[in-house]
Amino acid sequence: MKTMRNGSRRDFLRQSFAGAALLCASGGAGALAAAEPVAAKPGAVGAKSRVVVARDELLRGTDSKVDSGRMLALLDRAMQALAGHDHPAEIWRTLVRPSETVSLKVNTLGGRGISTNVLLVAAICKRLQEAGVRASDIVVWDRDSNELERAGFHLAMGGERVQCYGTDRVGYEENLAAWGSVGSCLSKILTQRSGVLINVPVLKDHDGAGVTIALKNMYGVIHNPNKYHPDGCNPYVADLNMLPEIRSRMRLTICDATTAIYEGGPGYKPEHCWNANSLLVSQDPVALDHTGWQMIERKRAEKGLKTLEAKKRAPRYIATAADGEHKLGTNDPKRIALVEV
Amino acid sequence: MLCGLEVQEIARNQAGSPLDRRSFLKCALASGAALGINGVAQPAAGIGSGAASGTQDDARFIVEAKFYQKLAERKIKCKLCPRECTVGDKERGYCGVRENRGGVYYTLVHSRVCAAHVDPVEKKPLFHYLPGSIAFSLATAGCNVNCKFCQNWDISQSRPEQIPAEYIPPQRVAEIAKQYNCPTIAYTYSEPVIFSEFLMDAADAGHEAGIRSIVVSNGYMQEEALKAAYGKMDAVKIDLKSFSESYYRQVVTGQLKPVLNSLVTLRKMNKWTEIVYLVLPTLNDSDEEFRGLAQWVKANLGPDVPLHFTQFHPEYLLKNLPITPVPTLERAKAIADAEGLHYVYIGNVPGHPAQNTYCPKCRKMLVERVGFTASQMLIRKNSCPFCQQPIPGIWHA
Repeated sequence: MKTMRNGSRRDFLRQSFAGAALLCASGGAGALAAAEPVAAKPGAVGAKSRVVVARDELLRGTDSKVDSGRMLALLDRAMQALAGHDHPAEIWRTLVRPSETVSLKVNTLGGRGISTNVLLVAAICKRLQEAGVRASDIVVWDRDSNELERAGFHLAMGGERVQCYGTDRVGYEENLAAWGSVGSCLSKILTQRSGVLINVPVLKDHDGAGVTIALKNMYGVIHNPNKYHPDGCNPYVADLNMLPEIRSRMRLTICDATTAIYEGGPGYKPEHCWNANSLLVSQDPVALDHTGWQMIERKRAEKGLKTLEAKKRAPRYIATAADGEHKLGTNDPKRIALVEV
Repeated sequence: MLCGLEVQEIARNQAGSPLDRRSFLKCALASGAALGINGVAQPAAGIGSGAASGTQDDARFIVEAKFYQKLAERKIKCKLCPRECTVGDKERGYCGVRENRGGVYYTLVHSRVCAAHVDPVEKKPLFHYLPGSIAFSLATAGCNVNCKFCQNWDISQSRPEQIPAEYIPPQRVAEIAKQYNCPTIAYTYSEPVIFSEFLMDAADAGHEAGIRSIVVSNGYMQEEALKAAYGKMDAVKIDLKSFSESYYRQVVTGQLKPVLNSLVTLRKMNKWTEIVYLVLPTLNDSDEEFRGLAQWVKANLGPDVPLHFTQFHPEYLLKNLPITPVPTLERAKAIADAEGLHYVYIGNVPGHPAQNTYCPKCRKMLVERVGFTASQMLIRKNSCPFCQQPIPGIWHA
């Protein structure tokens, strides 16, 4: 297995120490961990992974567009439920330090119809800056700049603004990162611009993988995602998330379920989309994926569709990510603390 | 370094050590400049650079694919290779170079040449095809398998927009080959299966100009596509990577059976075919596998199909394995010889006597090779000059 480059290793150690200090300071059952996901450790007594599902039925105005103020309030409510205390800026300070570079990996494959909502990203950026992170130290990114633009983002490179561009602008690392079945070149945005990675995927059905939510969004980080779609993306999704370059940076997932798709994904199929008006937030991507999968199944049942299992495309990679080899989180409902607000 | 040398000098220097992947790309592109291909001499960037060919006018490279079936809800099923990817709208197949756009499947690599070079034909290797000749060799990005030992993974395992490339349409390919006295165009380096449409058009353009075409392929292809695309080839080299399904599944990410079917189909088409078997220590080097392979070749293709056992060098995801020991290659050859194959070679071992061609009847040496150069060629009228034994192959232009 490829080891991390020196810079990355130093970053990882620094973040780990900082994270430990922050964790001690914050305390409490709902405290956020800055350095590593708070996934339930197998065998740990009483350890549960918290997944918050925050809803706002009035998120959209009369013209069906998402209201920016309500989006910010929804994000705050979700983060408060995750962290267990009330002050938005304080919550974000437990996640990131002002000196850190933060990247938001969005999902823009589906165009304007079913991509990460721009207002959600704006809300996250606002809270990050209030926590002391400089605007220019925040990067909003995906694999391709054109796809970002089609999803409604304005590209920005340089200056004091929040940065926004695709990997096509900076390229991939030349060296391979490898774990298990995966060998890929990683986006330089991940390796060189992301001290902290915040995953901002969309809640989507996927015709091959079953669902694409948090774990699979990392396919947008590598140069060869097409190689990892056979067999329902299993074990590739889990193996990919094991790469130290991803795992050491991943601190939080905020899944955009304002508009979600329960059939025909990952492309935009308006006839299969629904306004869930929700955010899913967790530091355990496996628990979040399991929760999101169940939301999609409930919507499928409501629409009279067969389960993904019956359609022979249940997302088995979620269980693989939770197994003893990967330990990326938990898919055991008994060990997921689901908080609905 | 080969970069920037004149064509003849490039050809003479091919006997040198294998290029590393970075040098390969640099040389491939720089030699394009030596060939006078406008624009190919960009800085070799590979996947590590920033914008590659994504800044180019993509529309020039995009042509509707030939081998696919339309499905409901704007999905398609690719019928090019046995993988039969079902691809949703805005998605790509496993190869990464074919994309569904609104229910129509497109190749993104027609005329999108990411590597262009003049090579001795022995480098392919084809030993029974115009020995001592050179081939204008080219590739696009992409591959329909993912061999853990790939020497050219920079281009084969990348998407086209991640790789510097140049627009070289079929007629221009033929012109360049003619300009540099190459009797042959070779489709090679990555995996020509995935650029079949371009290969077919370039072969037609070449044939109109009196230039032949050869392909270096994994043979992992559906029969209809194989007949249509490789039917236009004058010779074919197939990489038979193992004689085991489990190896194909685990190391190649493919299947053995379709490749064997392709070999049989090529035989029925009377297409001149040679087989290369890359020997990986501990993974595909057992006596049983060598024997099973030789027996299958003899029974299904005949004893005259050349079989090359070649030496592995650690690369890509298998850097933990050693170079194949020469005695292992010699053991493989001995087994295949004993099974009755007439032309068994050892490759990637410069100076080894098993690089030469010997008459299966009188055992006299007929073609002597030094590195990738044929230094002596004695075959006359497709026969051994000493005992008149017919020697199968395409020996004369």
